[in-house]
Amino acid sequence: MRAAVIQFPGSNCDRDMAVALNQVAGNEKTQIVWHKETSLPDGLDMVAIPGGFSFGDYLRCGAIAARSPIAQAVVDFANKGGYVLGVCNGFQVLTETGLLPGALMRNAGLKFICKPVDLTVETNNSDFTNGYDAGATVIYPVAHHDGNYNADAETLARLNGEDRVAFRYADNPNGSTEDIAGILSENRRVLGMMPHPERCVENAHGNTDGAALFRALAGAMALT
Amino acid sequence: MKARVHVMLKNGVLDPQGEAVRHALGTLGFDGVEGVRQGKVIELDLAETDAAKAEETVKDMCEKLLANTVIESYSVEIA
Repeated sequence: MRAAVIQFPGSNCDRDMAVALNQVAGNEKTQIVWHKETSLPDGLDMVAIPGGFSFGDYLRCGAIAARSPIAQAVVDFANKGGYVLGVCNGFQVLTETGLLPGALMRNAGLKFICKPVDLTVETNNSDFTNGYDAGATVIYPVAHHDGNYNADAETLARLNGEDRVAFRYADNPNGSTEDIAGILSENRRVLGMMPHPERCVENAHGNTDGAALFRALAGAMALT
Repeated sequence: MKARVHVMLKNGVLDPQGEAVRHALGTLGFDGVEGVRQGKVIELDLAETDAAKAEETVKDMCEKLLANTVIESYSVEIA
């Protein structure tokens, strides 16, 4: 498996993501790609967009990052069937590029939330989530100010109808519509989620529930 | 030529920040504030001298960057 992590000014989970991809998903050596690049390294299986505060959250979270030079290369990569994982700010970037529908708004309680939360795995029909049982509860940390997922009724009906809600909050922390914590693209190869799987992959993290996501990805890549 | 863009959350999208401002106004004794919506104003200084062209360009900017039309609406004033 060959993966790259995109780095923007203000990204702060880039290293954690690379460590998870290297140590858990067995990646050879995750490459860090700076946002000013206009193309991705050749032969990649997967691109991760990490958490953080790209461009200081100016204008809207993820808005500037989604128009940076590398963003078009990521969109093209996804449209060709490449795997893309966007976590936290990465999820915000993915909605801003249009790769995933909807938008992330300010938390309903207006507070930054940083704590472990219970999530329900809504579908295991994806190469990200097939290491879990559908309906299982997992604990991932969240750390965000703008995780309140919003989409119109038509988009929600489509996400539900196509089994594209990957995770829901068991106890909604941020006002997110229909408790949505993570969603998949139509081809199920782009996953955007607010909770952080890369922050729960080793014992020192206090919980290893995220490891199954990275192992599932590694398994999918081994088959391609 | 200057342009001013107003970006607001669409009607029907709950504005938690506006609600917080409304509550704070109530705490300060300003009764009768029935709703507060908070938005953004973006001012642009443009080289363009044709108002119609400027408006068209700024609308394109709104669609592509300045507003997220999933949740926000915008209006453009050219001066």
